[in-house]
Amino acid sequence: MSPMPNPDKQANVDVLVIGGGNAALCAALMAREAGASVLLLESAPKEWRGGNSAHTRNLRCMHDAPQDVLVDAYTEEEFWQDLVKVTGGLTNEQLARRVIRDSSTCRTWMRSHGVHFQPSLSGALHTARTNAFFMGGGKALVNAYFRSAEKLGVQVRYNAPVIRLEIKNGHFVAAHVEAKEPDGRVRFERITAHACVLAAGGFESNRDWLREAWGTNERGETPSDNFLIRGTQFNQGVLLRHLLNDHGADAIGDPTQAHMVAIDARAPLYDGGICTRIDCVSLGVVVNREARRFYDEGEDFWPKRYAIWGRLVAQQPGQIAYSIIDAKAIGRFMPPVFPGVKANTLAELASQIGLDVSTFMQTLNTYNQACQVGNFDHTALDDCHTEQVSPAKTHWARPIDTAPFYAYALRPGVTFTYLGLKTDETAAVRFGDMASDNLFVAGEMMAGNVLGKGYTAGVGMSIGTAFGRIAGTQSAQAALQSGAHHAHA
Amino acid sequence: MHTLETLIHDARQLATGHGAASPAVTEVARQMQICNACRYCEGFCAVFPAMTRRLEFGPADIHYMANLCHNCGACLHACQYAPPHAFAVNVPQAMAQVRGETYVAYAWPASLGKLYQGNGLTVSLALAAGLALFLVLALALNGSLWGGSLQGNFYKVFPHNLLVSMFAPVFLWAALALGIGVTRFLRDVAPATTGQAMAGGDALQATHDVLKLKYLDGGHGEGCHNEDDAYTLSRSRAHHLTFYGFMLCFAATSLATVYHYALGWHAPYDLPSLPKLLGVVGGVSLLLGTVGLFRLKLRRHPLHGDAAQKPMDYGFIALLFLTSATGMLLWLARATPALALLLALHLGVVMALFATLPYGKFAHGIFRTASLLRYAVERRQPSSLALGDE
Repeated sequence: MSPMPNPDKQANVDVLVIGGGNAALCAALMAREAGASVLLLESAPKEWRGGNSAHTRNLRCMHDAPQDVLVDAYTEEEFWQDLVKVTGGLTNEQLARRVIRDSSTCRTWMRSHGVHFQPSLSGALHTARTNAFFMGGGKALVNAYFRSAEKLGVQVRYNAPVIRLEIKNGHFVAAHVEAKEPDGRVRFERITAHACVLAAGGFESNRDWLREAWGTNERGETPSDNFLIRGTQFNQGVLLRHLLNDHGADAIGDPTQAHMVAIDARAPLYDGGICTRIDCVSLGVVVNREARRFYDEGEDFWPKRYAIWGRLVAQQPGQIAYSIIDAKAIGRFMPPVFPGVKANTLAELASQIGLDVSTFMQTLNTYNQACQVGNFDHTALDDCHTEQVSPAKTHWARPIDTAPFYAYALRPGVTFTYLGLKTDETAAVRFGDMASDNLFVAGEMMAGNVLGKGYTAGVGMSIGTAFGRIAGTQSAQAALQSGAHHAHA
Repeated sequence: MHTLETLIHDARQLATGHGAASPAVTEVARQMQICNACRYCEGFCAVFPAMTRRLEFGPADIHYMANLCHNCGACLHACQYAPPHAFAVNVPQAMAQVRGETYVAYAWPASLGKLYQGNGLTVSLALAAGLALFLVLALALNGSLWGGSLQGNFYKVFPHNLLVSMFAPVFLWAALALGIGVTRFLRDVAPATTGQAMAGGDALQATHDVLKLKYLDGGHGEGCHNEDDAYTLSRSRAHHLTFYGFMLCFAATSLATVYHYALGWHAPYDLPSLPKLLGVVGGVSLLLGTVGLFRLKLRRHPLHGDAAQKPMDYGFIALLFLTSATGMLLWLARATPALALLLALHLGVVMALFATLPYGKFAHGIFRTASLLRYAVERRQPSSLALGDE
C-alpha cells in the first residue's frame, strides 16, 4: 500500500454507509431508523447518484396470494427453483431463501419511504406475476429514498469516493475519502465510525479490470474492449479490489461472470440502460462479422434468452453481430432506441453494414430454404423451424424475404459483475472465514453469494433490498453496542 | 416508390401545416423514440400510454401528445436519460415547446397567431391599464369619475346596454377564435388517434380528467413536482382554486344575466343573493389560486417547461388576479366615491382578460381538453401493435 497523505479533515459517526444505490440507501434508512447517526458517501455527483439502481425497474417478489400490483401467487419454492435454474445451482440456499422471504414483506417498508409501485409495464407482461414495478423506475425509487433519508437526518455527501479503509483484525476503524471540492481541489478526509456498510457496486465500469479478467482470446483480441457498460460509470470496484487484495477479505464468484446482454452497438459507453436492448433476435437471424449464423435464434422465448446473447456476441470475432429482420417483424417487438439500417434487398443490406455480400447471401438463402413454416405464433413455442441447417432455428423460423430489410448491430452490454465479498445471514464481511463484528456488505458487492451466474429479472433489487436492510440493522446494532460499551468504559 | 403508409404520413404532415416538421416537433419525435424503448414512466400520465400505441411519431401525433402533457415534471425527475445524460431527455420541456407551436398553428385568424409570442406580462398589464385609462378618461370627460350619489349602482356609471355592447363582441370573438382553432386541431388530430368518432362516455371521461386535473396527481395521488424531485399537491390545488374561482365568477355573471333578462331583477346584487355569493367565493378563490400559481411558478425547477412561454403564463395569471382583486375592491368600496373609478379599472382589466383569451395561456385548457377527449377515444380501441415481451 502506498503511504496516504495526511487527512485535511476528520469526522466521526455511528454508521458509515459507502455507496449511493438501492442497497446503500436501504442500509442507511434502516440504521437511522434503529437510532444510529448515519453518514452516506456517494462517489458520484448528485445528478449521477444511485449507481445502477437508477436504471432498474422492478423487484422480484415472493407472494402467496395476489398482492396489490402482483397477480396470482409466486411461492418461496417457485422463486427458489427459478434461482436454482438460472444459477445452475451456484447459489447459497440459506442466503437465497432469506432474500426470497424478505421480498414478500419489504414492500410495505419501501412504501413508507415514498416508493410507489405499479403493475407490469406494457412489453413486460410476462413479469406481472413475479415482479413489482417501481412507478417511474429505479431513479424515482432512488430519489424517494434520498428524500426520506435526508428527512430522517441521514447526512448525505456526493462526490465523496472512498479509496481506502482502515481495518484492524477484521474490525472496521476508518474510511479515507478523496473528496473533490466544488473548487476542484482534492481533499483527503479520514472518517471513523462504529460500523460500516459497503454497498459501492461491482467493478463493471473499470475497463482495466475487465481487460484483466477477460484477457486475450484465441484470435488475439481483447474482447472486453468491445463491451459496453449498461449502467453507471462510477462502479470502478475500488473498494472491492482493496478489500480483496489489501485486506484479504473472503471472495465469492468469478470475475468473468457478469449479467451481459446483447445491446445496440451504437449505445453510449456507459449508462445506455434499458432502452438500448434489441428485442428482434428471435424474429429473424443473427450473423457475425463473417456473415455466418452462430446460434439458434428461436431456442426459447426472448425474455428467457436475452441474457445469454451478450456472452454469445462476446465470443464472436470482433465481439459484434447483426440481427437481421424483414418487414414481417415490424410491430412485433419493443421498438429499439435507434433506427435500424434499412435496405430494399438483402444484398444491399449486407453491403450497408459492411459484410461480405456473397457469404451473407449464402447464409440467408440457406436459412430461407431451410425454413419449414407452420403456424407462426410469437406468443407460443410455435412449429416454424428449420431443417438441415446448422445451427438450427427451432421456433419462429420464417424466410427473410419481405422488403424492406433491417439490420441492428449488436455488442455485449454488461449490466453488472458477480465477483464480490463472501458474506452470511448477518451481511458481515468475512476474513479467513471469520465474520467481521462491524463491517457489512450489501448489493452488487455481495450479490454473487446468491447469484453465482445467470440472472432472472428483478432479483438484483431483491438481493440489494434484503441485504441492504440486514446490513443497516446489523451495523446500527454493532454501532450502538460499541457506543454503549464506550460510554460505560 | 411510395408505400401507402408514407403517402398517408406525408398527407398528415401537410394537413397539420407542418410540411417540414419544426425543430421542436423533431425533438419530441427523437425523445419519444428513446422513451418508447424504455417506458418506465407509463404510470404517470396519459402521454406514455399514448406513446406505447405508436412506433412512429408524426407531427399530428406529437401535437396531440404535447397537449396531453400537463408539464407535471414526474418523467423528468424519474428519467435515467435526463441531462446531463447524453440523450438529454426532457419530455416536459420538449412538449411545452411544441404546445407553444400548437397555439400559434391553430390560432384564428392565423395572422394573429404571432400574438402568442408577444403576449407577456407587460403586454397584459399595459392592455389592462390602457383600457382602464380609456374608460377613466371617458368618465372624467363626463364629470362622473369621482363621487356622486350612485348608491352602489354601477349602471348609473355605465348603462347596462353599453356594457353589453362593449363586452359581448369581445367575449364572442374569443369564443369564436378558440372554437375555430380547436375544431381544426381536432380535425387534424382525429386521424392520428384511430379516427373513431367520440362517444358520450369519452366526453364524460375527458371532463372528469379535466375537472379533477387527474394528470397532476403523479399517478399515485401524491401530486406532481415543482421545485425539486419531491411530490406536491400545491400545484393542483392552486390550479383548482384558480379554475373553480374563475368558473364561479363566470357563473355569477351568467346568473346575473338570467336575473336581468328573464326575471327583471337588476343589479347591483348584494349578499346573500346568489350571484353575489358566487362572485365573492369565486373571487376569493381566484385570488388565492393565482397568488399560489405565481409563487409556485417563481420557484419552479428551471428544467420544467419552456422558459420562453413564462411571460405569457405570468400575463394570464396577472390578469386573472387583477380581475378578481379589482372586482372585490369594487364590491367593498361600492358605497364610497371611488366606485366609478374602480369600476373603470375593473372593466379595463376584464376587457383585457377577454381580449387576450384566444391568444394567451387560456388556450392551454382548450387544447388540453381536446387532446384528453381524443385520448379517451383512442384508449377504447385495441392497440394495432402486438409487440412481444422483452
